[in-house]
Amino acid sequence: MSDRRLLSLGLLGLAVLFVAGLFVGAGKLSLAQVAGGGIDAETLRLLFVSRIPRTAAALLAGASLAVAGLLMQMLSSNRFVEPSTVGTSEAAGLGMVVVTMLFPGAPVFAKMLVASGFALAGTCVFVALIRRLRLKSGLLVPLVGLILAGIIQAMAHFLAYRADLLQSLGAWSSGDFSMVLRGRYELLWIGLVLCALALLAADRFTLAGLGRDVSVNLGLAYEKVVALGLVIVSLIAAVTVATIGTIPFVGLVVPNLVTTAMGDNGRRVIPFVAIAGAGLVLGCDLLGRSLRSPYEIPVGVIMGVAGAAIFLALIARGRPAHG
Amino acid sequence: MIEAAALTKFYGETRVVDRASLTLTTPGVTAIIGPNGAGKSTLLSMIARLLPIDEGRAFVDGLDVTRTKGADLARRISVLRQENGLLARLTVRDLIGFGRFPHSRGRLTAADHAKIDEALAFLELGPLAGRYLDELSGGQRQRAFVAMVLAQDTRAILLDEPLNNLDIRHAVSMMRLVRRAADELGKVVVVVLHDINFASAFADRVVAMRDGRIVADGPVEAVVTEAVIEAVFGLPVMVREIEGQRSCLFRR
Ligand SMILES: Nc1ncnc2c1ncn2[C@@H]1O[C@H](COP(=O)(O)OP(=O)(O)O)[C@@H](O)[C@H]1O
Ligand SMILES: [Mg+2]
Repeated sequence: MSDRRLLSLGLLGLAVLFVAGLFVGAGKLSLAQVAGGGIDAETLRLLFVSRIPRTAAALLAGASLAVAGLLMQMLSSNRFVEPSTVGTSEAAGLGMVVVTMLFPGAPVFAKMLVASGFALAGTCVFVALIRRLRLKSGLLVPLVGLILAGIIQAMAHFLAYRADLLQSLGAWSSGDFSMVLRGRYELLWIGLVLCALALLAADRFTLAGLGRDVSVNLGLAYEKVVALGLVIVSLIAAVTVATIGTIPFVGLVVPNLVTTAMGDNGRRVIPFVAIAGAGLVLGCDLLGRSLRSPYEIPVGVIMGVAGAAIFLALIARGRPAHG
Repeated sequence: MIEAAALTKFYGETRVVDRASLTLTTPGVTAIIGPNGAGKSTLLSMIARLLPIDEGRAFVDGLDVTRTKGADLARRISVLRQENGLLARLTVRDLIGFGRFPHSRGRLTAADHAKIDEALAFLELGPLAGRYLDELSGGQRQRAFVAMVLAQDTRAILLDEPLNNLDIRHAVSMMRLVRRAADELGKVVVVVLHDINFASAFADRVVAMRDGRIVADGPVEAVVTEAVIEAVFGLPVMVREIEGQRSCLFRR
C-alpha cells in the first residue's frame, strides 16, 4: 500500500475514534439522539465544553508525545529513550512546582514556559551525561536517563511536600483527561505546531540519528540541529505536563512500532508517528472511560499497562537499542 | 587541495598526533598505514573537521577547515569514519540520497537522482537499493556508506579503514573502485589501511605513521621496504616482489 493511502486510512481511523470519543462518557449523549435531532442546549454545552475539548486533548497530546519520543531517539541515537524516561517530563514537573511556589497566581501559559525552561535544562543534563560517559549504545543510555529522572522527581516531591503541592504534582506527573474542559487544554495545540516544525526539519533529524560524524561530514550544523530538537522535545513535554500530565510509554512504543515497519527516515515516518500516537492515546482514554463506567481509569494508568506490555514484547523480539 | 601543516592533537599530556604535515595536490590514492593507535584516525578526523585541532592548521582548497562553513566544506571534502550509522533503519537508496544533502539540502533534483543511481551502480548495490541498512551484512552496509560518500561528489575523499568487514573479494573490489575513482573521476583519495599489501598494490603514495608522527611518506617502492615496515610496526618482515607486485610477509 502506498504511503498516501496508508496516511488517508490512518486519518480515517482517527476520525472514527474522534466521533467515538464524543459519545463515550458519564453524561448522556448518544449518536441516535444527535441523528434524531434531539439536541438541547444542555447537550450542546456538554459537547462543546467537555467532550470535544477532551477528545481533541487526547489526540494532540498523543501525537506530540509520540513525535517528541521519536526526536529524542534520533538525537541520542538510541531507541529506548523518550521524554519521560530521560528526565524531561520530570524536570517540567519540577518547573511547575517551583513556579507555583514562587508565583502561585501566574497564568498557565507563563507557568508552562517556566516548565519548558526546566525541561530543557533537564534534557541538556541528560545529553551532557551520555556524552561525558561516552555512552552510545545499548540499555545503559535509558538507564542513565531513568536514574536522572528519578533524582529530578525526588527533588520535585521534596519541594512539593514542603509547599503543600503534592496533589498538584500528582496531576502533573500522571496523565488524566477527566479534568479537561474548554479553556484548559488549548496549550496543547502548540504541540501540533511543534510536530509540524519537526516535519519541516525532518531530514536534519534523520541525519542527526546517523551520528555526529556523518552529519558534520554532510555539512549539517549538528549542534544546532540537536539544540532545535531538544527545544521542541522540551516544549512538548512542558505543554503536556502543564495541561494533562505526563503519559508514559507513548513516546517509546509508538516510534518503535512505526520505525520497525517503515524505517528511520523522519520525513516519511513523522506523520505516521503522530497519527499512531494520537490514536493510541485516544484509544486508551476511551478504554479508561468505558472499562468501569461510570467510573474512570486515568489514561496514564491504562497507557502504563498497555505500553509496558508492548515495550516488553519489542525488547523480547530482540530489537537492538540502535542500528 | 588538502594541506595539513604540523597538525597536533593532545589527549591529556600525550600527543596522539604529533606535528603531522601532509600535502595532496593531484588526483591519486594515498594510503596511510601504521600500527593500532598510531593516530591515523585522529589525523583524518582533524583534516575533516570532525575533531578540533589543538595545534597546526588544515586547509582544503585553501580554506581553513576550522573557519569555513560546514556546508561549503561538505562540497569539497567527504570523510567516512570507521563506525557509522547508529539509527540506521534507512534504505540504501535513502542513505545514498543523503550524500546529496550538501548540494540539494534535502530537495533532490533529477541531477541528484542521476548521481544516486551512478553511486548505486559503482558499488554494485542496485539489487539492494530498497533494503534497510540494518538488514544488510556488515560489508554491504560498509559499501552503502562508501556509496553515500561517492554521491557526495567531492574532489577529496577520506576513508578510514573502508576494508573493515569486507571479505577478500569485496576488499579487492573496493580498492579497485578507489583506484577508479582516482583514475576516472579525478578524485584525491586518502585511505587508511591496516593491510600493507593492499596499500602497496593499489596506492600511488604511502604515508606511514607511528606514535602520532609521520615517519615515512613516498611512493610504494620507497615506503614498503623491510627497513621502513620493521621500524613502523616493530616487527621483522620480508618484502618481496611477486609478479611485479610488492608484497609484505610476516616472519614466523
Ligand atoms: N577520545 C579519546 N580520548 C583519549 N585518547 C584517545 C581518544 N581517541 C583516541 N585516543 C588515543 O589516541 C591514539 C590514536 O588513536 P587513533 O587515531 O584512533 O589511532 P589509529 O586510528 O591509528 O588506530 C590512541 O592511543 C588512542 O588510544
Ligand atoms: Mg583508526
